[in-house]
Amino acid sequence: MDALDLARWQFGITTVYHFVFVPLTIGLSLLVAIMQTRAVFAKDAVRKDAWTRMTKFFGSMLIVNFGIGIATGIVQEFQFGMNWSEYARFVGDVFGAPLALEGLAAFFLESVFLGLWIFGWGRLPEKIHLLTIWAVALGSTLSAYFIIAANSFMQHPVGAVLNPETGRAELDPSQGSILAVLSNVTALAAFPHVVSGAWLVAGAFLTGVAAWHMVRHHNRARELGIDTEEGQEQHLAARDLYRPTVRFGVLAMVVAALVLVVSGDFQAQIMFKQQPMKMASAEALCETETGASFSILTVGGPDAFSTDCDGVTHLIEVPYITSFLATHTFDATLQGVDDLNAQYKEQFGATALDIHGNEVAVDYRPNLFVTYWSFRLMMGLAAFSGVLALWALWVTRGRGEAARTTGSKAFQWFAVLSIPMPFLANSAGWVFTEIGRQPWVVHPNPDDPVVRLMTMQGVSAHPGWMVLTSLVAFTLVYGVLAVLWFQMMRKAALQGVPLAQRDLETDELDTPTLSFDY
Amino acid sequence: MDAMLEPTVLQTLWFFLIAFFFLCYFVLEGFDFGVQMNVGALWRRGDGARGTILKTIGPVWDGNEVFLITGGALLFAAFPEWYATLFSGFYLALLLLLLVLIVRVCAFKWRGKVDSLRWRRAWDVVHVIGGLAPALLWGVAFGNIVAGVEIDRNHWVTTSLLGLLTPFALLAGVVFVLLFWLHGTLYLALKVDGPLRQETNRLAGILVWPTLLAGAAFLLWFQLAHSHTPLTWIPVAAAAAALLAVVPLNRARREGLAFAATVTAIAAASLTLFGGLFPYVLPATNDPANSLTVANASSTAHTLTVMLVALAIFLPIVLAYTVWAYRVFRHRITDDSSPAPGSGLLEAAKQSYRSTFEQR
Repeated sequence: MDALDLARWQFGITTVYHFVFVPLTIGLSLLVAIMQTRAVFAKDAVRKDAWTRMTKFFGSMLIVNFGIGIATGIVQEFQFGMNWSEYARFVGDVFGAPLALEGLAAFFLESVFLGLWIFGWGRLPEKIHLLTIWAVALGSTLSAYFIIAANSFMQHPVGAVLNPETGRAELDPSQGSILAVLSNVTALAAFPHVVSGAWLVAGAFLTGVAAWHMVRHHNRARELGIDTEEGQEQHLAARDLYRPTVRFGVLAMVVAALVLVVSGDFQAQIMFKQQPMKMASAEALCETETGASFSILTVGGPDAFSTDCDGVTHLIEVPYITSFLATHTFDATLQGVDDLNAQYKEQFGATALDIHGNEVAVDYRPNLFVTYWSFRLMMGLAAFSGVLALWALWVTRGRGEAARTTGSKAFQWFAVLSIPMPFLANSAGWVFTEIGRQPWVVHPNPDDPVVRLMTMQGVSAHPGWMVLTSLVAFTLVYGVLAVLWFQMMRKAALQGVPLAQRDLETDELDTPTLSFDY
Repeated sequence: MDAMLEPTVLQTLWFFLIAFFFLCYFVLEGFDFGVQMNVGALWRRGDGARGTILKTIGPVWDGNEVFLITGGALLFAAFPEWYATLFSGFYLALLLLLLVLIVRVCAFKWRGKVDSLRWRRAWDVVHVIGGLAPALLWGVAFGNIVAGVEIDRNHWVTTSLLGLLTPFALLAGVVFVLLFWLHGTLYLALKVDGPLRQETNRLAGILVWPTLLAGAAFLLWFQLAHSHTPLTWIPVAAAAAALLAVVPLNRARREGLAFAATVTAIAAASLTLFGGLFPYVLPATNDPANSLTVANASSTAHTLTVMLVALAIFLPIVLAYTVWAYRVFRHRITDDSSPAPGSGLLEAAKQSYRSTFEQR
């Protein structure tokens, strides 16, 4: 493999890896902030107690997750200079700005206030301390916004012009400058989608973990007999501690799902206008069709791992849906991959110069296998969460004394199984949106296709072995850290919140396993 | 190439703003590195003391590191050519740095998350590396930036990894390590109490001499061989005076003032390097015409203006809450606040919980 392929693999691996942790951080920091708010403002002692303990329980896991999210995020910023220096030269005048804003407006907020939150328990007044976790949640959400604005410039450049003298894209006041970059319609559509994806991850995580313990305590109470003192304790833990958390997690999932669907629908229509090739390859739509149908299962030709359309066969199809997704009309005409490819070859040339000045043939079709399946995985895996939410809502129905918990083992295992699904859906979504725009690193804006750059023109002029070295190094270190992260999260989640034991002197709850310490 | 254009006021301002971010990074994260090195230097004091040592920077190191992340992004926005040439040109050195920075973050957040001595000890080793290696690598990197490397007409660095290991750059690495170590030791002396405080005082008294010697040699060498202006003699003198002042201040146990002195020394050394580098950002040693300068590496005046507005809005806010955070955690930490080894796992965990949630 040459440096270009290796650099692309490295970008893919480091980015997908980074984005395993980021959604949980974004979502969980918000949910923990809400839980702490409920604790601070709770009227009755039982609720205050429950939410305080849940805040600490999930807060501890949030910190574990924060660590790896920050660590892997540093790589993201420097990678543009290391492996994609020609890209950095081309867009630096525009692209650096949202990254710098992310640092100034979001990272400082997140990092400084995270330190204050972790070490501020008992030191800061209760309400000030509550504000620190809200600052963390705000910071992590804001950082998503700036990074999406930066990414959206690559999907759909606005606010800039091509300077023929310097050969680079430059921020331009007459095009709206940085405000246009920050209010890019692509970013406005992607931001709610990405953030609600993060809420879904965190909601499913909360629901999954709490449901596991709810079932455990419910069954333990049954075993001990609900009339016994110990049994009663177990019963209260299931009913007053874990059940509200399950319901809170479900609420987060429902809100997330609503935003996901609405923003996803909006995104599909934008994608159809801005990147018709991505829309067509999401559907492996090879020929131009009117009233295009949506296929649930497709088998590829002789070489499924390619951009090749030959032999693609749609097996199960739902008529008109793809046209509807793209335009909200059933009989719209969608251009196929091959037509678009021919059209782009005419418009942008059948060959292009690489960084060394060699002429290289260009194919404007992305990898159909990856785009087709990642698109379906994204939607299918997210839908999994819907089942969990409905099931959880049903088994925890009722109010007051009639509030129910469940001892269903099936539900318990389904809840745990549901935790990784939104993570995978998120990854699939990013793989789709990034692979779907290849061969472009800066996809031409159809209204003014001057600012554009191909991926092969953005790479650094490194020998392959050098990129391979870093690819191997990152993969190994990331692998080790992933194992440690998983073990810590699993252990912390399995431990659950210890049953309430009041310290008589201080009237504080003693929960010795919840260490925030370094 | 147009390497010799006159820099505009805006470009000059931005060069020094970038310098300011790196200065803040070195002053703030510098003591974090030094404190981490002391996890190794004071290793024999045991697991509890190591926990205390780390706790002195626990609430603040993360914010300190953001000066690098934001500084890097500002470099990208204000000087894309510099950013691209530097980070692609110093590829393997930067890779090493990134790997260390990654595991270092995890060492902070994860050390206390599993209740096992072996686990903590392993992360303590990572802490020592995480303090030492970045200091060394930053030193070598800055040695090369100010001395220059071979750059071709495409602004691609052609110096190899081994070519970066010049005597001058290696000396820079040693100076960074010593200076940050001293800086972190004085910070520690300021933040802990009891026997640990005495030990750090003693260590600082020893460390200051090699730091002075190596620091003086490095800055003189830089000033005579690589600086582009005689003006930087002023910060050189300031750095030397500040380091000299550490000797009596430390002896008198005036820890706050001694720490202020190393803050001054690091700030003055950063000013020397950036001031002496100006108007270059990366000089080419093979052909001066290929050099990157403030003028030819920058973004457009429009982008620089936009970023200046953004900075004017956010920087004061950031500095305000950062100062507040430091004030919240201004108290000394006593040694007994961390779990003593061997007092039983539950007891240890309980105590660490209490010390976290029920701090005075």
